[in-house]
Amino acid sequence: MAFVATAAKKSSIVRGIKRPSTPYLLLLPGLAWLAFFFIYPLINLASTSTQTPTDSGEIGSYVQTFRFANYIDAISGARDQFARSIVYALIATLLALAISYPLAYAIAFKSGKWKNLLLVLVVAPFFTSFLLRTIAWKQILGNEGPVVTVLRWLHILSPQTGLTASAFAVVTGMTYNFLPFMTLPLYASLERIDPRTLEAAGDLYANAITTFRKVTFPLSLPGVVAGTLLTFIPAAGDYINATLLGNPKTKMIGNVIESRFFEIVDYPTAAALSFLLMAAILILVMVYVRRAGTDELV
Amino acid sequence: MVDVAASTKGDLKLSNLTKAFADFKAVDDLSLVIPEGSFFALLGPSGCGKTTTLRMIAGLEEPTSGKIAIGNTDITYAKPYSRPVNTVFQNYALFPHLTIFENVAFGLRRRGIKDVTEAVTKVLALVELGHLAQRKPVQLSGGQQQRIAVARAIVNRPALLLLDEPLGALDLKLRRQMQIELKWIQTEVGLTFVHVTHDQEEAMTMADTIAVMNEGRIEQMGTPVELYESPRTVFVANFLGQSNLVKGTVVGNDGSDLQVSVHGNKISVPASRNFAKDNSEKSVLIGIRPEKISIEHAEPNSLGGGVITDISFVGVSTQFQIQMPWGQELSVFEQNDGGASHLQKGDTVTLSWKPSFTFALDGTSDVDAGTSVNPDEL
Repeated sequence: MAFVATAAKKSSIVRGIKRPSTPYLLLLPGLAWLAFFFIYPLINLASTSTQTPTDSGEIGSYVQTFRFANYIDAISGARDQFARSIVYALIATLLALAISYPLAYAIAFKSGKWKNLLLVLVVAPFFTSFLLRTIAWKQILGNEGPVVTVLRWLHILSPQTGLTASAFAVVTGMTYNFLPFMTLPLYASLERIDPRTLEAAGDLYANAITTFRKVTFPLSLPGVVAGTLLTFIPAAGDYINATLLGNPKTKMIGNVIESRFFEIVDYPTAAALSFLLMAAILILVMVYVRRAGTDELV
Repeated sequence: MVDVAASTKGDLKLSNLTKAFADFKAVDDLSLVIPEGSFFALLGPSGCGKTTTLRMIAGLEEPTSGKIAIGNTDITYAKPYSRPVNTVFQNYALFPHLTIFENVAFGLRRRGIKDVTEAVTKVLALVELGHLAQRKPVQLSGGQQQRIAVARAIVNRPALLLLDEPLGALDLKLRRQMQIELKWIQTEVGLTFVHVTHDQEEAMTMADTIAVMNEGRIEQMGTPVELYESPRTVFVANFLGQSNLVKGTVVGNDGSDLQVSVHGNKISVPASRNFAKDNSEKSVLIGIRPEKISIEHAEPNSLGGGVITDISFVGVSTQFQIQMPWGQELSVFEQNDGGASHLQKGDTVTLSWKPSFTFALDGTSDVDAGTSVNPDEL
């Protein structure tokens, strides 16, 4: 009996020692980071979004008046840019998917010993600045550049028309800039597919196209979902591509927020627009993930 | 699409099949006929070419030369999806995104069969997993996945079912159970099964006919009993079970029996069991299975002066290691029926056996061929 009691005591002590929540301690830095750099600014931003100018009329000085009509003012002033952002981001995402899928497929299944080199090449653009890479597209699509020269020679473009400062250039830049975010998750999910399941499909009377439709593509869906989200979300809020490659008629919501914050110093409208963009993306993403039914997959 | 499975029937014929990779021949001029409806095993150590042979039959690998035919239909270069052949893959290769039902229905649907419910339900009942139809493969145990892999293949009624080490991933007990079950399924559906394995016990339990492969060639083909009792090469003698092989010299041949001198002892071998390639050769290897040797009973063939160096008790039998006067260690398995229970390490004994159990092999071959198979490589 005494032995049992000691044993019980001992185990409770052991548990007592193990409890001091190492996992929670390990979480602490991350949580602190989130609190300071995400939650606090978010609350701050929410608070700013309902402020109105002070009576003194001093530029950049606002007081909290809980004016929710700020949101209506904000959206009515930027409806076009808002819609454009979503459309451009969608097109860029679809283009990136169309370009990345064959690339990721080739790297995952056909590259052999070149696999690692190709993966490095996919990531390599990150070694140069985002701005520089975008400016480079100005040159590539410029009137003296290779694309226009070839297209004019083929009489697809008339000698008067160019490609820069257009919606085409903006979407091209976005597609290019976010391509690795599409390729890497696609590669990761394709690479996980056991090649024997593909052999099994062939063995069970599926030709190459059917095997892709019924086995490869469904198994790569988690990568498709991750890649499209990682491309669409930053693309929708991007303003660098529109600034450097676009014209006044290709302004996106990011440009509006940027000019509200830094040029007009209209903090409440900028904050309201930021929130609206966040809400729009969240709703789109939720509908999309629901539709794709990724929880059904592995 | 044409219903390939129904239109092609008959024996599987491999003629001079060769598969060469960059610097070696995985399969070397292989010819064999597998009769329709039989359970055939390709047995051999890893790297012997058995899996390459199977993959060529499945269409996953293209032969360098030679021909593959089912009945009179040449399928050597047919695409995998147009062959009346289905495979049970080593790791089952079930489709993780589909339910068990859809996994099994996959082949039927690809062949444009509209109503698959009856066939799928029937085959799931055959493997006794009908209640799991709506589960996903990850929710099944290894043994259950294995049975689904078999069901997914046989539901198509292929002319030929290929099994690539199908039980390799299962634990020993489950493996024994699945061996019996697979054999039963084969009898039930009457399809030709071609089974690739490195496990000689598995091959012997299930197959009607076994082809033992080594270095891309068939060493010997026959029923399990033939291969075990009358191995024709050292490789087969060592790879299937254990053999004691002792060098000897032919000293006489009266037509019905061969007289062999083994380190001074006279051993007789039935002439019909002399498998040495060249009969004029004087040097032969005398072979005898460990369980055929008796320590206690005096039989006509005997070797004296052995010293017991090791005794291990394995339940149904006791295994003795006996060092002979010429230094070689021989194995003897004695039934645990009380006869040999008094024997101890260090005892000097005489080994004897019936001449009819003896076989003779080519004296020039390597005595260790087929023995030093590292289980980790398999």
